[in-house]
Amino acid sequence: MDLIADHISHRFGGLDVLDDVSFTVASGEVVAIVGPSGCGKSTLLSILGGLLRPSEGRAELRGAPPDNSLNPLTFVFQDFALLPWCTVEANVEFPLVHTALDAAARQAVVDDALRRTGLSDFRGAYPKQLSGGMRQRVGIARALAVRPAILLMDEPLSALDSQTRELLMEDFVRLLADGTMGAVYITHNLEEAVRLADRVVVLSRRPGRVREVVSIPMTRAERGGIDARGKLLTLQNQLWSLIREEAIDAEREVQHA
Amino acid sequence: MPSARFSMLERAPSQDTRQDGSVPRPVAFRGAGFMPGGGRASGWIALALVIAFWQLAGSAGWVNPLFLPAPSAIAVAIYKLAVSGALWQHVSASVVRIGSGWLIGTVAGVIVGFAIGLSTLARGVGITFISALFPIPKIALLPLLILWLGIGEEPKIATIALGVFFSTAISVYSGVDAVPRNLIRMAQSFNVPFHAIVIRVIWPGALPSILAGFRITASVALLLVVSAEMIGAQFGIGAFVLQAGNLMQTDQLLAGVVILSLFGLAVGKAINVLEMRLLHWR
Repeated sequence: MDLIADHISHRFGGLDVLDDVSFTVASGEVVAIVGPSGCGKSTLLSILGGLLRPSEGRAELRGAPPDNSLNPLTFVFQDFALLPWCTVEANVEFPLVHTALDAAARQAVVDDALRRTGLSDFRGAYPKQLSGGMRQRVGIARALAVRPAILLMDEPLSALDSQTRELLMEDFVRLLADGTMGAVYITHNLEEAVRLADRVVVLSRRPGRVREVVSIPMTRAERGGIDARGKLLTLQNQLWSLIREEAIDAEREVQHA
Repeated sequence: MPSARFSMLERAPSQDTRQDGSVPRPVAFRGAGFMPGGGRASGWIALALVIAFWQLAGSAGWVNPLFLPAPSAIAVAIYKLAVSGALWQHVSASVVRIGSGWLIGTVAGVIVGFAIGLSTLARGVGITFISALFPIPKIALLPLLILWLGIGEEPKIATIALGVFFSTAISVYSGVDAVPRNLIRMAQSFNVPFHAIVIRVIWPGALPSILAGFRITASVALLLVVSAEMIGAQFGIGAFVLQAGNLMQTDQLLAGVVILSLFGLAVGKAINVLEMRLLHWR
Protein backbone atom coordinates (compact mmCIF):
# COMPACT_ATOMS: atom_id res chain seq x y z
CA MET A 1 0.00 0.00 0.00
CA ASP A 2 1.39 3.41 -1.03
CA LEU A 3 0.72 6.69 0.74
CA ILE A 4 0.58 9.74 -1.48
CA ALA A 5 0.81 13.40 -0.55
CA ASP A 6 -1.00 15.01 -3.46
CA HIS A 7 -0.39 18.79 -3.78
CA ILE A 8 -1.08 19.38 -0.09
CA SER A 9 -1.31 22.98 1.10
CA HIS A 10 -2.47 24.11 4.49
CA ARG A 11 -3.03 27.35 6.32
CA PHE A 12 -4.01 28.12 9.89
CA GLY A 13 -6.07 31.32 9.68
CA GLY A 14 -3.89 33.71 7.70
CA LEU A 15 -0.72 31.70 8.24
CA ASP A 16 0.44 29.56 5.30
CA VAL A 17 2.05 26.45 6.74
CA LEU A 18 2.38 24.07 3.78
CA ASP A 19 2.50 24.88 0.09
CA ASP A 20 1.87 22.30 -2.61
CA VAL A 21 3.67 19.35 -1.02
CA SER A 22 3.71 16.17 -3.10
CA PHE A 23 5.56 12.90 -2.65
CA THR A 24 4.82 9.18 -2.44
CA VAL A 25 5.73 6.68 0.23
CA ALA A 26 5.93 3.32 -1.51
CA SER A 27 4.96 0.09 0.19
CA GLY A 28 7.62 -0.87 2.76
CA GLU A 29 9.56 2.36 2.20
CA VAL A 30 10.78 4.61 5.01
CA VAL A 31 10.61 8.30 4.17
CA ALA A 32 12.03 10.85 6.59
CA ILE A 33 10.81 14.43 6.50
CA VAL A 34 13.23 17.08 7.70
CA GLY A 35 13.20 20.84 7.60
CA PRO A 36 13.64 23.97 9.69
CA SER A 37 11.54 24.54 12.82
CA GLY A 38 7.98 25.53 12.01
CA CYS A 39 8.09 24.32 8.40
CA GLY A 40 4.93 22.24 8.87
CA LYS A 41 6.39 18.74 9.33
CA SER A 42 3.97 17.70 12.07
CA THR A 43 1.05 19.39 10.28
CA LEU A 44 1.91 17.37 7.18
CA LEU A 45 1.96 14.13 9.19
CA SER A 46 -1.43 14.93 10.73
CA ILE A 47 -2.83 15.48 7.23
CA LEU A 48 -1.26 12.24 5.95
CA GLY A 49 -2.76 10.34 8.90
CA GLY A 50 -6.24 11.80 8.48
CA LEU A 51 -6.22 13.82 11.69
CA LEU A 52 -6.28 17.18 9.92
CA ARG A 53 -8.13 18.26 6.79
CA PRO A 54 -5.79 20.08 4.37
CA SER A 55 -6.78 23.46 2.95
CA GLU A 56 -5.89 22.16 -0.52
CA GLY A 57 -4.80 18.86 -2.01
CA ARG A 58 -5.25 15.55 -0.30
CA ALA A 59 -3.64 12.47 1.18
CA GLU A 60 -4.33 9.28 -0.74
CA LEU A 61 -3.78 5.57 -0.34
CA ARG A 62 -3.02 3.39 -3.36
CA GLY A 63 -3.33 -0.36 -3.22
CA ALA A 64 -4.89 -2.59 -0.58
CA PRO A 65 -3.53 -2.74 2.96
CA PRO A 66 -2.25 -6.10 4.23
CA ASP A 67 -5.12 -8.50 4.97
CA ASN A 68 -4.51 -8.66 8.70
CA SER A 69 -3.96 -4.93 9.20
CA LEU A 70 -6.35 -3.42 11.74
CA ASN A 71 -5.19 0.17 11.21
CA PRO A 72 -3.10 0.67 8.07
CA LEU A 73 -1.92 4.18 9.02
CA THR A 74 -0.76 4.18 12.62
CA PHE A 75 0.86 6.98 14.59
CA VAL A 76 3.77 6.82 17.02
CA PHE A 77 3.65 10.05 18.98
CA GLN A 78 6.45 12.28 20.21
CA ASP A 79 4.88 12.52 23.69
CA PHE A 80 3.97 8.78 23.69
CA ALA A 81 0.22 9.55 24.24
CA LEU A 82 -0.22 6.72 26.75
CA LEU A 83 -3.32 6.49 28.91
CA PRO A 84 -1.91 7.11 32.42
CA TRP A 85 -4.74 5.17 34.10
CA CYS A 86 -4.03 2.02 32.09
CA THR A 87 -1.27 -0.52 32.58
CA VAL A 88 1.22 -1.23 29.82
CA GLU A 89 -0.86 -4.21 28.75
CA ALA A 90 -4.11 -2.22 28.72
CA ASN A 91 -2.46 0.58 26.74
CA VAL A 92 -1.31 -1.89 24.09
CA GLU A 93 -4.75 -3.51 24.05
CA PHE A 94 -6.55 -0.15 23.84
CA PRO A 95 -6.84 0.09 20.02
CA LEU A 96 -7.95 -3.55 19.80
CA VAL A 97 -10.93 -3.43 22.15
CA HIS A 98 -13.37 -2.04 19.59
CA THR A 99 -12.20 -4.37 16.82
CA ALA A 100 -13.74 -7.71 15.89
CA LEU A 101 -11.00 -9.66 17.67
CA ASP A 102 -12.20 -11.80 20.56
CA ALA A 103 -10.51 -11.69 23.95
CA ALA A 104 -8.19 -14.63 23.27
CA ALA A 105 -7.06 -13.23 19.91
CA ARG A 106 -6.52 -9.80 21.49
CA GLN A 107 -4.41 -11.32 24.22
CA ALA A 108 -2.29 -13.16 21.65
CA VAL A 109 -1.72 -9.94 19.67
CA VAL A 110 -0.85 -8.00 22.84
CA ASP A 111 1.55 -10.71 24.03
CA ASP A 112 3.28 -10.69 20.65
CA ALA A 113 3.61 -6.87 20.58
CA LEU A 114 4.97 -6.83 24.14
CA ARG A 115 7.46 -9.58 23.32
CA ARG A 116 8.69 -7.78 20.18
CA THR A 117 9.33 -4.60 22.15
CA GLY A 118 10.85 -6.29 25.20
CA LEU A 119 7.99 -5.26 27.49
CA SER A 120 6.68 -8.68 28.56
CA ASP A 121 7.98 -8.23 32.10
CA PHE A 122 6.40 -4.78 32.44
CA ARG A 123 2.84 -5.57 31.38
CA GLY A 124 1.38 -4.65 34.78
CA ALA A 125 3.28 -1.38 35.18
CA TYR A 126 1.68 2.06 34.82
CA PRO A 127 3.23 4.67 32.50
CA LYS A 128 4.37 6.84 35.43
CA GLN A 129 6.50 3.92 36.63
CA LEU A 130 8.41 3.73 33.33
CA SER A 131 11.32 5.68 31.90
CA GLY A 132 10.86 7.78 28.76
CA GLY A 133 12.39 5.08 26.58
CA MET A 134 10.14 2.39 28.01
CA ARG A 135 7.08 4.60 27.54
CA GLN A 136 7.95 5.04 23.89
CA ARG A 137 8.38 1.28 23.62
CA VAL A 138 4.79 0.98 24.86
CA GLY A 139 3.75 3.45 22.15
CA ILE A 140 5.55 1.32 19.57
CA ALA A 141 4.03 -1.91 20.93
CA ARG A 142 0.57 -0.33 20.71
CA ALA A 143 1.27 0.65 17.11
CA LEU A 144 2.56 -2.83 16.23
CA ALA A 145 -0.52 -4.45 17.78
CA VAL A 146 -2.74 -3.13 14.97
CA ARG A 147 -0.33 -4.43 12.32
CA PRO A 148 0.10 -1.16 10.40
CA ALA A 149 1.09 -0.92 6.78
CA ILE A 150 2.70 2.47 7.37
CA LEU A 151 3.90 3.92 10.67
CA LEU A 152 3.51 7.68 11.00
CA MET A 153 6.20 8.72 13.46
CA ASP A 154 6.24 12.29 14.74
CA GLU A 155 9.68 12.89 16.23
CA PRO A 156 9.38 9.68 18.26
CA LEU A 157 12.82 9.98 19.82
CA SER A 158 13.07 13.71 20.44
CA ALA A 159 11.86 13.52 24.05
CA LEU A 160 14.49 10.91 24.96
CA ASP A 161 18.10 11.08 26.09
CA SER A 162 20.82 10.20 23.59
CA GLN A 163 21.51 6.69 24.91
CA THR A 164 17.84 5.72 24.89
CA ARG A 165 17.54 7.27 21.44
CA GLU A 166 20.35 5.08 20.16
CA LEU A 167 18.75 1.95 21.61
CA LEU A 168 15.33 2.74 20.16
CA MET A 169 16.85 3.57 16.79
CA GLU A 170 18.32 0.06 16.77
CA ASP A 171 14.82 -1.24 17.60
CA PHE A 172 13.34 0.69 14.67
CA VAL A 173 15.99 -0.72 12.31
CA ARG A 174 15.08 -4.23 13.48
CA LEU A 175 11.31 -3.66 13.18
CA LEU A 176 11.62 -2.19 9.68
CA ALA A 177 14.14 -4.79 8.52
CA ASP A 178 11.77 -7.17 6.71
CA GLY A 179 10.33 -4.39 4.55
CA THR A 180 6.69 -5.27 5.21
CA MET A 181 6.04 -2.04 7.08
CA GLY A 182 6.70 1.42 5.68
CA ALA A 183 7.09 4.62 7.67
CA VAL A 184 6.93 8.37 7.46
CA TYR A 185 9.47 9.60 9.97
CA ILE A 186 9.32 13.25 11.02
CA THR A 187 12.52 14.42 12.65
CA HIS A 188 14.75 17.42 13.15
CA ASN A 189 17.65 15.04 13.80
CA LEU A 190 19.53 14.47 10.54
CA GLU A 191 21.46 11.51 11.97
CA GLU A 192 18.17 9.69 12.63
CA ALA A 193 17.01 10.56 9.12
CA VAL A 194 20.06 9.09 7.36
CA ARG A 195 20.18 6.05 9.67
CA LEU A 196 16.53 5.05 9.16
CA ALA A 197 15.17 6.43 5.90
CA ASP A 198 15.30 5.16 2.35
CA ARG A 199 14.61 8.70 1.16
CA VAL A 200 14.69 12.04 2.93
CA VAL A 201 12.23 14.75 1.94
CA VAL A 202 13.68 18.17 2.77
CA LEU A 203 11.09 20.88 3.36
CA SER A 204 11.79 24.59 3.02
CA ARG A 205 11.01 27.07 5.80
CA ARG A 206 7.38 28.09 6.25
CA PRO A 207 5.34 27.68 4.15
CA GLY A 208 6.89 24.23 3.78
CA ARG A 209 7.57 23.17 0.19
CA VAL A 210 9.48 20.11 -0.99
CA ARG A 211 12.93 21.51 -1.56
CA GLU A 212 14.79 18.31 -2.30
CA VAL A 213 14.35 14.56 -2.03
CA VAL A 214 17.59 12.79 -1.10
CA SER A 215 17.95 9.02 -1.52
CA ILE A 216 20.15 7.09 0.88
CA PRO A 217 22.16 4.70 -1.31
CA MET A 218 22.59 1.97 1.30
CA THR A 219 20.43 -0.66 2.92
CA ARG A 220 19.62 -0.07 6.57
CA ALA A 221 21.64 -3.16 7.48
CA GLU A 222 24.72 -1.70 5.77
CA ARG A 223 24.41 1.54 7.69
CA GLY A 224 25.28 -0.13 10.98
CA GLY A 225 28.84 -0.92 9.82
CA ILE A 226 31.88 1.22 10.62
CA ASP A 227 32.63 1.67 6.90
CA ALA A 228 29.27 3.34 6.37
CA ARG A 229 29.85 6.05 8.98
CA GLY A 230 31.82 8.29 6.65
CA LYS A 231 29.20 8.06 3.92
CA LEU A 232 26.36 8.71 6.37
CA LEU A 233 28.20 11.73 7.75
CA THR A 234 28.63 13.09 4.22
CA LEU A 235 24.92 12.64 3.59
CA GLN A 236 24.14 14.30 6.90
CA ASN A 237 26.32 17.28 5.96
CA GLN A 238 24.65 17.43 2.57
CA LEU A 239 21.25 17.60 4.25
CA TRP A 240 22.46 20.18 6.74
CA SER A 241 23.78 22.38 3.94
CA LEU A 242 20.28 22.30 2.42
CA ILE A 243 18.64 23.31 5.67
CA ARG A 244 21.19 25.50 7.46
CA GLU A 245 20.45 28.95 6.03
CA GLU A 246 16.72 28.47 6.30
CA ALA A 247 17.03 27.06 9.82
CA ILE A 248 18.84 30.27 10.83
CA ASP A 249 16.14 32.40 9.19
CA ALA A 250 13.40 30.30 10.82
CA GLU A 251 15.01 30.67 14.23
CA ARG A 252 15.23 34.45 13.83
CA GLU A 253 11.61 34.49 12.76
CA VAL A 254 10.58 32.58 15.89
CA GLN A 255 12.60 34.93 18.09
CA HIS A 256 10.97 37.98 16.54
CA ALA A 257 7.46 36.50 16.71
CA MET B 1 49.78 -4.18 33.41
CA PRO B 2 47.52 -1.16 33.96
CA SER B 3 46.52 0.79 30.90
CA ALA B 4 47.93 4.25 30.22
CA ARG B 5 44.51 5.75 30.82
CA PHE B 6 44.28 4.08 34.20
CA SER B 7 47.68 5.24 35.33
CA MET B 8 46.81 8.79 34.28
CA LEU B 9 43.74 8.63 36.51
CA GLU B 10 45.83 7.33 39.37
CA ARG B 11 48.25 10.19 39.01
CA ALA B 12 45.52 12.82 38.93
CA PRO B 13 45.86 15.23 41.87
CA SER B 14 43.54 14.47 44.78
CA GLN B 15 40.74 16.92 45.56
CA ASP B 16 42.24 17.52 48.99
CA THR B 17 45.38 19.09 47.58
CA ARG B 18 45.41 22.81 48.32
CA GLN B 19 48.32 24.67 46.87
CA ASP B 20 47.66 28.01 48.60
CA GLY B 21 47.08 26.37 52.01
CA SER B 22 43.53 27.75 52.39
CA VAL B 23 41.15 25.90 54.73
CA PRO B 24 38.11 24.37 52.98
CA ARG B 25 34.68 25.30 54.30
CA PRO B 26 31.42 23.45 53.64
CA VAL B 27 28.96 24.83 51.10
CA ALA B 28 26.05 26.32 53.07
CA PHE B 29 22.79 24.36 52.67
CA ARG B 30 20.13 26.63 51.18
CA GLY B 31 17.48 24.15 50.14
CA ALA B 32 15.39 24.03 53.34
CA GLY B 33 11.66 24.77 53.56
CA PHE B 34 8.82 25.00 51.04
CA MET B 35 8.14 21.26 51.41
CA PRO B 36 5.42 20.90 54.08
CA GLY B 37 4.80 17.31 55.13
CA GLY B 38 1.56 15.60 56.15
CA GLY B 39 1.67 16.51 59.87
CA ARG B 40 -1.37 14.38 60.81
CA ALA B 41 -0.13 13.68 64.34
CA SER B 42 0.42 17.36 65.05
CA GLY B 43 -3.11 18.09 63.83
CA TRP B 44 -4.67 15.58 66.24
CA ILE B 45 -2.50 16.83 69.11
CA ALA B 46 -3.52 20.44 68.42
CA LEU B 47 -7.21 19.45 68.33
CA ALA B 48 -6.87 17.53 71.60
CA LEU B 49 -5.15 20.50 73.23
CA VAL B 50 -7.90 22.91 72.13
CA ILE B 51 -10.63 20.57 73.46
CA ALA B 52 -8.70 20.09 76.73
CA PHE B 53 -8.33 23.84 77.18
CA TRP B 54 -11.99 24.37 76.32
CA GLN B 55 -12.98 21.72 78.88
CA LEU B 56 -10.72 23.34 81.48
CA ALA B 57 -12.26 26.75 80.80
CA GLY B 58 -15.75 25.26 81.25
CA SER B 59 -14.96 23.25 84.36
CA ALA B 60 -13.12 26.13 86.04
CA GLY B 61 -16.01 28.48 85.38
CA TRP B 62 -13.95 30.85 83.18
CA VAL B 63 -16.76 30.98 80.63
CA ASN B 64 -20.54 31.04 81.10
CA PRO B 65 -21.85 27.56 80.04
CA LEU B 66 -24.89 29.25 78.54
CA PHE B 67 -22.68 30.91 75.92
CA LEU B 68 -20.08 28.16 75.56
CA PRO B 69 -20.88 24.79 77.14
CA ALA B 70 -17.94 22.49 77.88
CA PRO B 71 -17.15 19.60 75.51
CA SER B 72 -18.32 17.12 78.15
CA ALA B 73 -21.73 18.84 78.24
CA ILE B 74 -21.94 18.61 74.45
CA ALA B 75 -21.02 14.90 74.61
CA VAL B 76 -23.76 14.34 77.20
CA ALA B 77 -26.25 16.19 74.98
CA ILE B 78 -25.33 13.97 72.01
CA TYR B 79 -25.67 10.86 74.18
CA LYS B 80 -29.12 11.92 75.41
CA LEU B 81 -30.21 12.68 71.85
CA ALA B 82 -29.00 9.27 70.72
CA VAL B 83 -30.72 7.45 73.58
CA SER B 84 -34.00 9.28 73.07
CA GLY B 85 -34.02 8.47 69.35
CA ALA B 86 -34.27 12.15 68.36
CA LEU B 87 -30.75 12.10 66.93
CA TRP B 88 -31.60 9.45 64.31
CA GLN B 89 -34.87 11.23 63.48
CA HIS B 90 -33.02 14.48 62.72
CA VAL B 91 -29.97 12.90 61.10
CA SER B 92 -32.01 10.56 58.88
CA ALA B 93 -34.22 13.45 57.69
CA SER B 94 -31.11 15.46 56.74
CA VAL B 95 -29.36 12.49 55.13
CA VAL B 96 -32.38 11.71 52.94
CA ARG B 97 -32.56 15.34 51.77
CA ILE B 98 -28.81 15.60 51.16
CA GLY B 99 -28.67 12.21 49.45
CA SER B 100 -31.61 12.90 47.13
CA GLY B 101 -30.61 16.47 46.33
CA TRP B 102 -26.95 15.61 45.80
CA LEU B 103 -27.76 12.64 43.58
CA ILE B 104 -30.21 14.57 41.38
CA GLY B 105 -27.88 17.58 41.12
CA THR B 106 -24.85 15.41 40.41
CA VAL B 107 -26.48 13.29 37.70
CA ALA B 108 -27.85 16.41 35.97
CA GLY B 109 -24.54 18.26 36.42
CA VAL B 110 -22.48 15.39 34.98
CA ILE B 111 -24.78 15.10 31.94
CA VAL B 112 -24.80 18.86 31.28
CA GLY B 113 -21.06 19.16 32.03
CA PHE B 114 -20.23 16.46 29.50
CA ALA B 115 -22.54 18.02 26.93
CA ILE B 116 -20.81 21.40 27.39
CA GLY B 117 -17.40 19.74 27.21
CA LEU B 118 -18.18 17.84 24.01
CA SER B 119 -20.65 19.90 21.98
CA THR B 120 -20.21 23.38 20.53
CA LEU B 121 -23.94 24.13 20.70
CA ALA B 122 -24.28 22.90 24.28
CA ARG B 123 -21.18 24.90 25.24
CA GLY B 124 -22.57 28.11 23.76
CA VAL B 125 -25.95 27.74 25.44
CA GLY B 126 -24.83 26.04 28.65
CA ILE B 127 -22.01 28.37 29.64
CA THR B 128 -24.25 31.41 29.13
CA PHE B 129 -26.92 30.02 31.46
CA ILE B 130 -24.45 28.72 34.02
CA SER B 131 -22.60 32.05 34.11
CA ALA B 132 -25.89 33.87 34.69
CA LEU B 133 -27.38 31.49 37.28
CA PHE B 134 -24.37 30.14 39.17
CA PRO B 135 -23.75 33.28 41.28
CA ILE B 136 -27.33 33.31 42.66
CA PRO B 137 -27.39 32.07 46.28
CA LYS B 138 -29.59 29.01 45.83
CA ILE B 139 -31.21 29.37 49.25
CA ALA B 140 -32.76 32.62 47.97
CA LEU B 141 -34.78 30.47 45.58
CA LEU B 142 -36.32 28.34 48.35
CA PRO B 143 -39.43 30.56 48.81
CA LEU B 144 -40.02 30.41 45.06
CA LEU B 145 -39.50 26.66 45.05
CA ILE B 146 -41.98 26.32 47.94
CA LEU B 147 -44.51 28.23 45.82
CA TRP B 148 -43.87 25.95 42.87
CA LEU B 149 -43.50 22.62 44.65
CA GLY B 150 -45.48 23.08 47.89
CA ILE B 151 -44.47 22.75 51.53
CA GLY B 152 -42.79 19.39 51.78
CA GLU B 153 -39.52 17.69 50.99
CA GLU B 154 -39.48 18.69 47.31
CA PRO B 155 -38.42 22.37 47.62
CA LYS B 156 -35.60 21.48 50.06
CA ILE B 157 -34.32 18.70 47.81
CA ALA B 158 -34.64 20.97 44.77
CA THR B 159 -32.63 23.72 46.52
CA ILE B 160 -29.82 21.26 47.28
CA ALA B 161 -29.98 19.79 43.77
CA LEU B 162 -29.69 23.26 42.22
CA GLY B 163 -26.68 24.14 44.36
CA VAL B 164 -24.98 20.85 43.53
CA PHE B 165 -25.89 20.99 39.84
CA PHE B 166 -24.02 24.18 38.97
CA SER B 167 -20.79 23.28 40.78
CA THR B 168 -20.86 19.77 39.31
CA ALA B 169 -21.49 21.00 35.76
CA ILE B 170 -18.60 23.46 36.04
CA SER B 171 -16.17 20.89 37.44
CA VAL B 172 -17.19 18.30 34.83
CA TYR B 173 -16.76 20.52 31.79
CA SER B 174 -13.50 21.90 33.22
CA GLY B 175 -12.38 18.29 33.65
CA VAL B 176 -13.38 17.39 30.09
CA ASP B 177 -11.50 20.45 28.81
CA ALA B 178 -8.44 19.39 30.81
CA VAL B 179 -8.20 15.94 29.22
CA PRO B 180 -4.99 16.08 27.15
CA ARG B 181 -5.93 16.56 23.49
CA ASN B 182 -3.10 14.26 22.44
CA LEU B 183 -4.89 11.32 24.09
CA ILE B 184 -8.06 12.06 22.15
CA ARG B 185 -6.08 12.38 18.92
CA MET B 186 -4.32 9.11 19.70
CA ALA B 187 -7.67 7.35 20.13
CA GLN B 188 -8.98 8.93 16.90
CA SER B 189 -5.86 7.79 15.07
CA PHE B 190 -6.79 4.20 15.98
CA ASN B 191 -10.37 4.71 14.71
CA VAL B 192 -11.77 4.29 18.22
CA PRO B 193 -15.49 5.20 18.03
CA PHE B 194 -16.78 8.42 19.63
CA HIS B 195 -18.63 6.70 22.49
CA ALA B 196 -15.58 4.59 23.31
CA ILE B 197 -13.38 7.72 23.40
CA VAL B 198 -15.85 9.33 25.82
CA ILE B 199 -15.97 6.26 28.07
CA ARG B 200 -12.34 5.14 27.91
CA VAL B 201 -10.43 8.40 27.48
CA ILE B 202 -12.49 11.44 28.45
CA TRP B 203 -14.31 10.02 31.49
CA PRO B 204 -11.18 8.70 33.26
CA GLY B 205 -9.23 11.79 32.18
CA ALA B 206 -11.86 14.10 33.65
CA LEU B 207 -12.34 12.03 36.81
CA PRO B 208 -9.79 13.91 38.98
CA SER B 209 -11.66 17.16 38.35
CA ILE B 210 -15.06 15.48 38.81
CA LEU B 211 -14.06 14.00 42.17
CA ALA B 212 -12.64 17.36 43.27
CA GLY B 213 -16.04 18.76 42.33
CA PHE B 214 -17.74 16.12 44.50
CA ARG B 215 -15.78 17.38 47.48
CA ILE B 216 -17.11 20.89 46.88
CA THR B 217 -20.68 19.81 46.17
CA ALA B 218 -20.80 17.70 49.33
CA SER B 219 -20.05 20.87 51.33
CA VAL B 220 -22.57 22.85 49.28
CA ALA B 221 -25.22 20.20 49.97
CA LEU B 222 -24.50 20.29 53.70
CA LEU B 223 -24.69 24.08 53.76
CA LEU B 224 -27.95 24.15 51.84
CA VAL B 225 -29.66 21.38 53.82
CA VAL B 226 -29.02 23.25 57.08
CA SER B 227 -30.24 26.53 55.59
CA ALA B 228 -33.32 24.93 54.04
CA GLU B 229 -34.19 23.10 57.26
CA MET B 230 -33.85 26.32 59.22
CA ILE B 231 -36.39 27.96 56.95
CA GLY B 232 -39.05 25.29 56.84
CA ALA B 233 -38.67 21.89 58.47
CA GLN B 234 -39.76 20.08 61.61
CA PHE B 235 -36.98 17.50 61.53
CA GLY B 236 -33.39 17.67 60.37
CA ILE B 237 -30.13 18.87 61.87
CA GLY B 238 -30.74 22.43 60.65
CA ALA B 239 -34.18 22.54 62.26
CA PHE B 240 -32.77 21.02 65.45
CA VAL B 241 -29.96 23.59 65.67
CA LEU B 242 -32.39 26.47 65.10
CA GLN B 243 -34.82 25.12 67.69
CA ALA B 244 -32.01 24.67 70.25
CA GLY B 245 -30.81 28.21 69.59
CA ASN B 246 -34.30 29.63 70.08
CA LEU B 247 -34.58 27.82 73.43
CA MET B 248 -31.04 28.88 74.48
CA GLN B 249 -30.06 25.18 74.73
CA THR B 250 -26.51 25.85 73.62
CA ASP B 251 -25.27 22.36 74.55
CA GLN B 252 -27.81 20.90 72.13
CA LEU B 253 -27.06 23.58 69.56
CA LEU B 254 -23.38 22.68 69.65
CA ALA B 255 -24.27 18.98 69.63
CA GLY B 256 -25.98 19.64 66.29
CA VAL B 257 -22.91 21.51 65.06
CA VAL B 258 -20.63 18.62 66.10
CA ILE B 259 -22.89 16.14 64.27
CA LEU B 260 -22.71 18.33 61.14
CA SER B 261 -18.93 18.44 61.45
CA LEU B 262 -18.73 14.65 61.82
CA PHE B 263 -21.03 14.26 58.83
CA GLY B 264 -18.77 16.52 56.75
CA LEU B 265 -15.70 14.57 57.86
CA ALA B 266 -17.36 11.26 56.95
CA VAL B 267 -18.24 12.52 53.48
CA GLY B 268 -14.68 13.83 53.01
CA LYS B 269 -13.31 10.46 54.08
CA ALA B 270 -15.63 8.64 51.66
CA ILE B 271 -14.37 10.85 48.81
CA ASN B 272 -10.77 10.16 49.88
CA VAL B 273 -11.45 6.42 49.62
CA LEU B 274 -13.09 6.94 46.22
CA GLU B 275 -10.07 8.93 45.00
CA MET B 276 -7.65 6.27 46.24
CA ARG B 277 -9.58 3.55 44.44
CA LEU B 278 -10.25 5.40 41.20
CA LEU B 279 -7.19 7.63 40.89
CA HIS B 280 -4.49 5.23 42.11
CA TRP B 281 -2.68 5.72 38.80
CA ARG B 282 -1.76 9.35 39.57
